[in-house]
Amino acid sequence: MNINATLIGQAIQFAILIWFTYKFIWPPLLRAIDQRRKQIADGLAAAERGKRDLELSAKRADDLVVEAKQRAQEIITQAEKRAAQIEDEAKISAKAEGDRILAAAKAEVDQEVLRAKEALRNQVANLAVSGAEKILRREVDAKAHSDLLNAVAAEL
Amino acid sequence: MAGASPTEYIGHHLTNLTAAVGAGPFWVVHVDSLIVATILGVICFGVMWRAASKASPGVPGRFQAFVEMVYEFVDGQVRDVFQGDRSFIAPLSLTIFVWVLFMNAMDLIPVDFVPTLLGLFGVHYFKAVPTTDLNTTFALSITVFFLIIFFSFKAKGTGGFLHELFTAPFGSHWALWIPNFLLNIIEFLAKPVSLAMRLFGNMYAGELVFLLIALLPWWAQWLPGAGWAIFHILIITLQAFIFMVLTAVYLAMAHEHH
Repeated sequence: MNINATLIGQAIQFAILIWFTYKFIWPPLLRAIDQRRKQIADGLAAAERGKRDLELSAKRADDLVVEAKQRAQEIITQAEKRAAQIEDEAKISAKAEGDRILAAAKAEVDQEVLRAKEALRNQVANLAVSGAEKILRREVDAKAHSDLLNAVAAEL
Repeated sequence: MAGASPTEYIGHHLTNLTAAVGAGPFWVVHVDSLIVATILGVICFGVMWRAASKASPGVPGRFQAFVEMVYEFVDGQVRDVFQGDRSFIAPLSLTIFVWVLFMNAMDLIPVDFVPTLLGLFGVHYFKAVPTTDLNTTFALSITVFFLIIFFSFKAKGTGGFLHELFTAPFGSHWALWIPNFLLNIIEFLAKPVSLAMRLFGNMYAGELVFLLIALLPWWAQWLPGAGWAIFHILIITLQAFIFMVLTAVYLAMAHEHH
């Protein structure tokens, strides 16, 4: 129970063990544990990032779908509007064309009528003149009455 | 140990195996304490060294996980009491905890086992528990004491430390220098003494109770023996833990400025 040189021996042992732990046991454990902690932290962070990316992508996909629908709707509306416009234009131009054709036809008909009338008048005039000639050949000198006859022909 | 009186039996078990290394009563060593402490040190720290040198950041094996648990436990305790650089204090605490724990645990070996076994080889005295030897506990606490002094100088500088010795805790008035200094000396000396005596007292008393139980008739030993051993597991761990935490606290105090 007395204090003796054992104290020195034990203190030396203790010092050696402290040095050994400080030098060879603590640092590798510290390194391994810190590295593992970092790996785990990185893993968790990566998982978190992945989740966030996924959410973001889903949101973007939704946005794209909505936008695409909107665009499609716009295109359809525009197409309908354009179709209606084209139809109206076609109607108007068709009507105008019809009117034009009609007017031309009418004009031609009028002209034909006018020409027929003219021809008819000439024929009637000739007939009248030749009839009158036949009647008058016997009674009237052609020479004497040519002025009169010409006047009649001009009147017809 | 039939045939011996209880006093002789107990006295026999509490005698160290000694060897003289020089002249005078001081130059004697307790061979048993040194040998057991060395064997335990080599085994424990060799095993931990193996685990540490193979430690990888990947999924740890069971043994590595166990060593890492001890590491985390000690590191956590030190972190709680000391916020500065732990690169020395934490390994020191680990050394104390593991070594003291295993030296205490020698108490759980049946009291007659080692002496009887060695008695067959002609070794008549052998105390298997190094921490029931005041030399061991004082060796630990005096080493810690020197570390406290060393870190006090290192953290505060020579001037700062001396200034603190004379001006804390009462104040810096010149009339208070002497009381301050005396109080600080007492405080400094109380630390190693209380550390060593606490551990020694607990383990020595525990050993003594085991010896008393061993004096009972053989059929009456199992109940108190088992009970005390189970209770003693707590004391073993607790004393190792207290020694470790108090060392960390004292070293943390050495870093603190008043």
